[in-house]
This record gives sequence, C-alpha cells and structure tokens, in this order.
Amino acid sequence: MNNFTYTTATDARSALKLLSESPDRNAARFLAGGTNMVDLMREGIEQPQSLVDITRLPLAEVEELPDGGVRIGAMVRNSHLAAHRFIRTKYLLLSQAILMGASAQLRNMATTGGNLMQRTRCYYFYDRAAACNKRVPGSGCDAIEGFNRIHAILGTSPRCIATHPSDMCVALAALDASVNVLGPSGERRVAFADFHRLPGETPEVDTNLLPGELVTSIDLPALSSGLPSAYRKVRDRASYAFALVSVAAALTVKEGVISDVRLALGGVAHKPWRARVAEQSLRGSAPTPENFMKAAAAELEPAIPRRDNAFKIELAKRTIALVLSELSADDGGPR
Amino acid sequence: MKSPTTEFQTFTLHVNGVERSVAIEARVSLLDALRDHLGLPGTKKGCDQGACGACTVLVDGERINSCLALAIQYQGREIITIEGLEQAGHLDPMQLAFIDEDGFQCGYCTPGQICSAVGMLDELRSGMPSAVTKNGVDSIELTEAELRERMSGNLCRCGAYVGIRDAIQQVYGAMKP
Repeated sequence: MNNFTYTTATDARSALKLLSESPDRNAARFLAGGTNMVDLMREGIEQPQSLVDITRLPLAEVEELPDGGVRIGAMVRNSHLAAHRFIRTKYLLLSQAILMGASAQLRNMATTGGNLMQRTRCYYFYDRAAACNKRVPGSGCDAIEGFNRIHAILGTSPRCIATHPSDMCVALAALDASVNVLGPSGERRVAFADFHRLPGETPEVDTNLLPGELVTSIDLPALSSGLPSAYRKVRDRASYAFALVSVAAALTVKEGVISDVRLALGGVAHKPWRARVAEQSLRGSAPTPENFMKAAAAELEPAIPRRDNAFKIELAKRTIALVLSELSADDGGPR
Repeated sequence: MKSPTTEFQTFTLHVNGVERSVAIEARVSLLDALRDHLGLPGTKKGCDQGACGACTVLVDGERINSCLALAIQYQGREIITIEGLEQAGHLDPMQLAFIDEDGFQCGYCTPGQICSAVGMLDELRSGMPSAVTKNGVDSIELTEAELRERMSGNLCRCGAYVGIRDAIQQVYGAMKP
C-alpha cells in the first residue's frame, strides 16, 4: 500500500475543506469504515495521496421524519441500521438486505454512505494484470470473453459487464430513497435511481456524485404500515457471499388487485436495478403466479447473457416470481 | 490533525486496558500495529482482506476485522485482543470452553474465533438480529441456524467447526438465566 496524508474531519464542511486542500484533489479520498477502501488500497487499485477520515462526523443518527419517513446518517454503521427498531418495523426489507451482506465484523465497521460508494468485486477489476476499463479506462474488458459467471446481464455495455456488489442498495432502490449530498457548491438531493450509473462509455465512473461531494444522509419516504416486503438473496453459499441474484420487493394487494409494487434486483447490473418494466406490468393486475412470471419475463427480456452467466436470467425470473408469491400470501403480520 | 506523507505518526492506542504509544505510518493496519509494533501476536493474519476473520478483535465491545482497519483511525477506542480477554490470570469462559470442547485443530483461526464469539454473544444479548432472525421476536435464541449465520465471518480451514459450535453453545448455555 502506498503511503498517504491522513487527516480527520470533525464535521461535513471541514471534511470538504480538507479534501479540497489536498495537494492533488484527484488523488484525495474520504475514508469511512474502510472495509472496501483499505482493501482496494492494499491491492493497489486505489492509490490515494490524501485520506480524509470522516468516521467522526456527527452523521451517525437514524431520525424519524415528520412525514413518517426516516433519515439515515451516512456514518450510521450497517449493523446498527439493520438492528434499528424503526427500520425493523417499517422497512424490514432494508434490515434483511443489510444482514444478508458481508459478515458481522464487516457490518460493524461499514457505514451507510460507504455502502453506496462500494466498488465492484469483478475479478478482473481486482486483477492488475487483467484489462479493465473501470480500473484503467480504455484498456479493454477481460470479463466479456472471460470467466463471467458473476457478471451483469442487464444494462451492460461493450466496455464493462461488472455488477454493483451491495445488498443494502438494492433495498434502497426499491424503497425510492433519496441521497443527500454536500458539495463545494452546497447541498443537493439525488434520487436513488440517479445515484449509481450504468457503465456506458465511462465504466470508470460508478456514481453521479460531482468532484468533492460527500454523501451526508439517505432519506426514505414513508411506507404504508405493515406493507409486506422482503429481500431474497441467491448465492453460492448460505452466508457471507455476494449475490448471484437478489430481489428486494414490497407488494400491496387491494381487493384482489395489485395496487402498489416495488421491485429491485441485485447481482444483475452495474447498479441496483429497479425493475420498472415488471412493476408496470403488475400494477392493476391480479397477484397470480402467472402474472408474476410474465412480469419477470418482461423485465429480463433485454438481458444479454455471456458465456457463463445465462443461468442468471432464469434465476432472476424465478426469484422475482417466488418473492412476489410469498408476499401476496403474506398478511403483513410479523414473520 | 495533519500527518505528512512520509513521516511516522506518534499516537496512542488503548489496548487491553493499557494506553500504548506507537510511532507508525498512517498506512499501517490495526492488525499489523498490534502484531508488529505492540508485541501482541495473538491476533492472526489470514487473508488480510476481510474474508477469513482470523484478525477479529473487539473495539468498544464490537467485533471487527483489524486487517481492514487503519490503526490511526482507532485512537481513543477501546481495543481488546485475545491477550486481553483473560482477567487476573483467569481465562475467559469462551477460552475455557474452546479448550474443553476441542474447538480447534491447528489453532491459527482460534483467537479470531474466540474474539468473534465473545462479540457475537454480546450482539445476541443486545437484540441484534441476524439474516435468519424472524421479525418481531423479543429475545433471540442461539439456535444452530443462528450460530452458523452469526459466525460465518470466521473460517476454519481445519474444519473444527463442530468443536467451535459446541464451545460457543456451552458458554451460551451457562449465561442463560
């Protein structure tokens, strides 16, 4: 690991200032829980000249909002968020998604903001001997013709088929979260769907954050109380593995008709994939297994399989249909 | 606080109840600081990338992977390593249970397993759910499924899991009211 200048910020504005005062701003990074950044630095993927430690910022609260929603500070650690009583009661799928990610030790370190900023676990991104447009723009993509069992099937580009690794973010996508950020020109609010990017021509850019911007909190809008929701993760072992496919869903059925449905997928794209095509197909229709499968098929229709990951298409369809079937049979009571 | 890139930083870490001064670069992990600079080699380096749990220590009572922690970030925090679990010459109940149930073969993952298990039981007591916890339960029982899920961050390549599980259940059984 290269050495670097280390400073500690005490509030969000001082963090921005310390970052802007770094000798080379392109080589300056915020450091939160470190579970991804320190690993990337040790592998030489990230080589920051300056690190601004933001773990002491006063952004570690989970606050209920007057409109019934909730604001989650960027420095709330994953384990604390998953265990939070309000989150457990109102946003069960978020708690479940967090608890299905990483290990207990990592969840005790990792922060909400850091989770959003995670980088892909594509083997070729991590292997400095391989070609990777995300690590070295213009160098090519060894995953496309390589061993690509874990790679993306939706929203890919000829330059990159990496997936976003987060479970938490899949739940946030389904929940219509907003991300509050502070930057050199002030505060702004980014819809969660606009936070992460598809790879396109510039896979090296993961998010739409502007230079020098810091995630300060995440807002979740109110959900109707007891709305059945769930997170289902399919992976190679029962615990402590990244998703092959995951599904975050919430479903409201009124008088035999789906009145509201939220659906997002993990493990299939460069960003948490909000399944709007399936949602559209389901709204107003009956909650039957046939309709669930039809909606899932419509969502996966544009999928592009590679040599090793075609199984994800069928897996995603079946997992969507299964989770929705379970939710439609749910009375919203404790599970 | 500012630290020039090439200089050693002198700062204090609170380890096993003692204030310890270190003079190290900012890039030194908590794991390396403990092992190489503070004479506490009980904490082990397995993968050095947060995948195996051999480096697990307790910080303010919570288990973390010390390999992914920069030491300089942990000033002012209370760090407990395997060397700090015993009290007044008496091994911690978890250490005794690992001996009793033969919770190891080569022993390399053991300090991480033990620190993780101690932190895990505290999480259980505080009501921390896991991925297999049903929603709405008031007190969580350490079932086989709960134990496996909660200890999944610690690998044992010898496969001593049966003894590890029995050791943890022994301590859990003794602490139940």
